[in-house]
Amino acid sequence: MLTEENLKKAEELKKRYPETKAALLPILWIAQEQEGYISEDMMKYLGTMLNLPFAHILGVVSFYTMYHDKPLGRYHLEVCTNVSCMLRGSDKILQTIEHVCGVKPGQTSADGKWTVNEVECMGACGGAPMIAIGEEYYENLTPEKTEELLKKLSQR
Amino acid sequence: MERYILPDIPNLHKIDAYEQHGGYSALKKALGMNPAEVTDEVKKSNLRGRGGACFPTGLKWTFMPKDNAKPKYLCVNGDESEPGTFKDRQIFEFNPHQLIEGTLIGCYAMGITSAYIYIRGEYGKWIKMLQKAVDDAYAKGYIGQNILGSNFSTNIYLHKGAGAYICGEESSLMESLEGNRGYPRVKPPFPAQRGVWNCPTTINNVETMTNVPLIINNGWEWYSKIGVAKHPGPILVGISGHVNKPGVYEVATGELLTDLIYNYAGGVPGNKKIKAVIPGGSSTMILRGEQIEGVRMDADSLKAAGSSVGTAGMIVMDEDTDLIRVISRISKFYYHESCGQCTPCREGTGWLWKILKRFEAGEGRIQDIDLLVDIANNIEGNTICALGDAAAWPVQSMVKRFRDEFEKRAKKDAVAAA
Repeated sequence: MLTEENLKKAEELKKRYPETKAALLPILWIAQEQEGYISEDMMKYLGTMLNLPFAHILGVVSFYTMYHDKPLGRYHLEVCTNVSCMLRGSDKILQTIEHVCGVKPGQTSADGKWTVNEVECMGACGGAPMIAIGEEYYENLTPEKTEELLKKLSQR
Repeated sequence: MERYILPDIPNLHKIDAYEQHGGYSALKKALGMNPAEVTDEVKKSNLRGRGGACFPTGLKWTFMPKDNAKPKYLCVNGDESEPGTFKDRQIFEFNPHQLIEGTLIGCYAMGITSAYIYIRGEYGKWIKMLQKAVDDAYAKGYIGQNILGSNFSTNIYLHKGAGAYICGEESSLMESLEGNRGYPRVKPPFPAQRGVWNCPTTINNVETMTNVPLIINNGWEWYSKIGVAKHPGPILVGISGHVNKPGVYEVATGELLTDLIYNYAGGVPGNKKIKAVIPGGSSTMILRGEQIEGVRMDADSLKAAGSSVGTAGMIVMDEDTDLIRVISRISKFYYHESCGQCTPCREGTGWLWKILKRFEAGEGRIQDIDLLVDIANNIEGNTICALGDAAAWPVQSMVKRFRDEFEKRAKKDAVAAA
């Protein structure tokens, strides 16, 4: 269920488009920000709200990599390993993260603190190698800088 | 060269600073012109799209029907996801109002009352920056009802993607905007005939639209004299990989690739030799280091050299680079991003990646080199959208220009047997 405030936002979003269905992606973003992920119940709820079949919503959620149908760790580390980052040592950044967080890409640590994912180009090739945590980009990384960053986050 | 897309003006992202430096004067000027005159100005300037295809922008605008009762739409493509491309992000951060102004001028020229700027979801932070600029422009009456007291009204909305490279393809972008999975559409009908919500639509790249105010302010003649005549104007070049100063550099089209690498990006670390250059994002054909001599960053020069401008996202690789790993990684990307609609791309990209992984592990067979080309040739041209081609070109060009690398990595007993 969306909160009252988010329901208002959703209503506003619908007005931007000639057809309600177009508001689906932005409303999924709102739902994910609220809950941290998009559950099956949420998909059904949004289906009723937007008059769309559950299958359509599931289809959209599963198509786009940034929508998550399962909860993530407190910090979602997205490590770019595409060419520009690879040429500047993204391997070592990923290894450092695996070592410090104790998880492989695609996994969440047992304490729920870290989710690590290998991702495609994030559009920060000039600052390669880079990782993203939420909306924040961390660029020009070295294994040392990465370790320092993870330590800082760990203490928060 | 003076910079026009990313000028060195402090706080230009703020509306007051932008106005102080002549911002929104092109919009005022355009509103005093006839919409057809505006389109004509852009057409004569020879501005070509900066999203990868280099299509003439003014010509694209003329495709929009004038006698159609349906609403018309403009989609500004800020999905920038081609590996090696990171230029539009600079515009969102440092010069968002020039993008907004260009978008408004485009809307006026084509009689559009709603524009959607589609931005990749990973750029959440930059979407907020651009949203602030849009809000400020609304508050000052540049966007909305009766803009600057004229009869012209239009809205600009930002639409956030959610992590799909394919949505940078124009018909996939429209599907995504409509709230669907980003499956590209068969063309024709072209977007100007039947685009988003079945209405006439134009899709232009972010950097393209940011060029428009320059043309209106200074006239087409002035603009067409910047850089090379057939592909003029300022261009943002992203340089990454093995260079001392990676980053986005604004130059006039026609800049030598060697100047870009050695003068702008500070050369190669350790003064190493250049083994290979991908000139315009990962889908453009790879060039050997010695091939870039005398080649310029414009459509004709790169075409003659056997590649293309693409998004002008250059990736430089030094003499120690493992190119088999590079092409394997590129193929993994296209496999991951294939939407799955067309069999040649859905299956072929996976096969390419599998075979390349085999080469990476030293398990490739000598006959696999031609198998790679065969698969790539059977993807190219056989899919609904250009992602199939984008997956094929890097493999075809890598084999063509670096066959020796594959031979060196092939399984030794297999070489002997062959």
